[in-house]
Amino acid sequence: MQNVLILAELGEGKELKNATLSAIEFGYSCLATVGGSLDILVLGSDTKDAVATLKKHGAGKVIVVEDPAFAHYLAEEYAPTVASIASSYGLLVATATTFGKDLLPRVAARLGAAYATDVSGVVTDGGELSFRRPMFAGNAIGYTTLKTAQKVVTVRQSEVQAHEAGGGESSVETAQRVAPSGNARSRIEHVALETVQSERPDLGDAKIVVSGGRALKERFFEVLEPLANTLGAALGASRAAVDAGYCPGDFQVGQTGKIVAPTLYFAIGISGAIQHIAGMKNSKVIVAINKDPDAPIFQVADYGLVADLFTAVPELVTALKNR
Amino acid sequence: MKILVPIKRVSDPDNANKIKVAPGGAAIDAGGLEWKINPFDEYALETALRLTENGAQPKQREGEVVVVSFGPKEVEPILRSALATGASRAIRVEAEDSQLDGGVVAAALKTLVEAEKPDWVILGKQAVDGDSNQVGQMLAELLDAPMATFAATIKEEADGRLLVGREVDGGLHKVRLTGPGVITVDLRVVAPESVYSNKTDPSFKYQEGVRFAPLPAIMQAKKKPLDTKTLAELTDKTAAMNYTKFELPAGRKAGSKVASVAELVAKLTNEAKVL
Repeated sequence: MQNVLILAELGEGKELKNATLSAIEFGYSCLATVGGSLDILVLGSDTKDAVATLKKHGAGKVIVVEDPAFAHYLAEEYAPTVASIASSYGLLVATATTFGKDLLPRVAARLGAAYATDVSGVVTDGGELSFRRPMFAGNAIGYTTLKTAQKVVTVRQSEVQAHEAGGGESSVETAQRVAPSGNARSRIEHVALETVQSERPDLGDAKIVVSGGRALKERFFEVLEPLANTLGAALGASRAAVDAGYCPGDFQVGQTGKIVAPTLYFAIGISGAIQHIAGMKNSKVIVAINKDPDAPIFQVADYGLVADLFTAVPELVTALKNR
Repeated sequence: MKILVPIKRVSDPDNANKIKVAPGGAAIDAGGLEWKINPFDEYALETALRLTENGAQPKQREGEVVVVSFGPKEVEPILRSALATGASRAIRVEAEDSQLDGGVVAAALKTLVEAEKPDWVILGKQAVDGDSNQVGQMLAELLDAPMATFAATIKEEADGRLLVGREVDGGLHKVRLTGPGVITVDLRVVAPESVYSNKTDPSFKYQEGVRFAPLPAIMQAKKKPLDTKTLAELTDKTAAMNYTKFELPAGRKAGSKVASVAELVAKLTNEAKVL
């Protein structure tokens, strides 16, 4: 059984996340390898808009489970329903966002399936799917098969393009929520999702990313925000800047944070530790600004500027505004 | 409060660029690298210590921290080091790395949790060798327990429940857990005001990062119990992930240096055509 089920991601039970489109694209590339059909599963409290978008992606069907219980995401709430529907599929795919990475291993354990995280591609190995994934902070690529009847994977968004609409309109099927039994769900309570309201694009989807390192100190936002605003860019950071508390944790670009591949990436005051480079080296064009001419970041940058960032960045903002 | 902390030894992540792939791509060769405790597991241990103490009196352990690691005898140094920083007991599960994957480790930990009955299992969110990020989630499901992954903040409430802030895309997801449960930790959990037991004064601030063992504690740790179990005692599951090939990633060539901001803007506009 190789049929593929894609799990869509909705923000707060409603808004379809773009990241889902990478999982769809990856699902189709698995079909191209081993054949079968592809369906999309969506859980949420208000799924109308998401379903309208998802049914334009040529899937066999879009399976919708709409229930007020899905208004706030909790793995303990979602896993029973996802596992129940996924149990008749050979492969379950979601994107490796914090949603996918939280939920899918839990679903995999429920199914008795093996799970590969952050997969960047797929090949066949003796007729079996072999999943390609970066390991050791991106310093090695491994190919693994999953020797269970069912398989579960999350897909690295930056390595797989978004699927474009097309291939005919899918039928829509509704299914019932499977209410969690046992202890797990009753022992966890959603308290709040504290989101940072921002006009800027999501770090994972942004065309331009401006990232800062420890060198920015307490002036992280003061220096970088004008540049990000001028370019319509997302803000990112090195692990060192996050560790030092100069910016929130979800800014971190790197192997253990966000993996990004924008058209243009600015690394400002970032020395270029391996684990940071693993998170941004697939960017189309990399610009580094650093006062240390020997910083390792210059070895991956297309354009390097050796300068004091506290003067160079404001100068850059002015130059961009005057274009 | 009793906490179980599974820890893993990994090849030194700061030198991971020295990793080689054996000819033919059959195996990873990290032979030249030192072994270290996985940094996220080191943070999990620090979290467990903070939850079992009054932060102002860290020598007095208000509860028990048990550490466990899977592997050959060579993993014992990281267990001894955890004992020196404040864990009271250690368990080594004898296994070859080739016998292990996330599913096997989760299944073995389930058996161990059923025997040890900790209030919480606290793990790193991922190990920085395989970057697999799955043991905590799988263990929680196998135990029918609640979980909070990617934890950045943990506050023990008066009734012993834990209010956990999870680092998620775009913000912080706050959840309240009733034990027994599973927590995996992210980077910010070792910040000065991230973790509070209900014995620690809310105005107390920890030092940034993890604590280091003083010399007398290192000596005393040699006398603390370190038990050994075999993998077969804990699970009959076998590894389902099978890495058949490895390769090194394609390198990225360094570009050129520019002399000024004006030249940078000109090149981005006319040469790279990205502005």
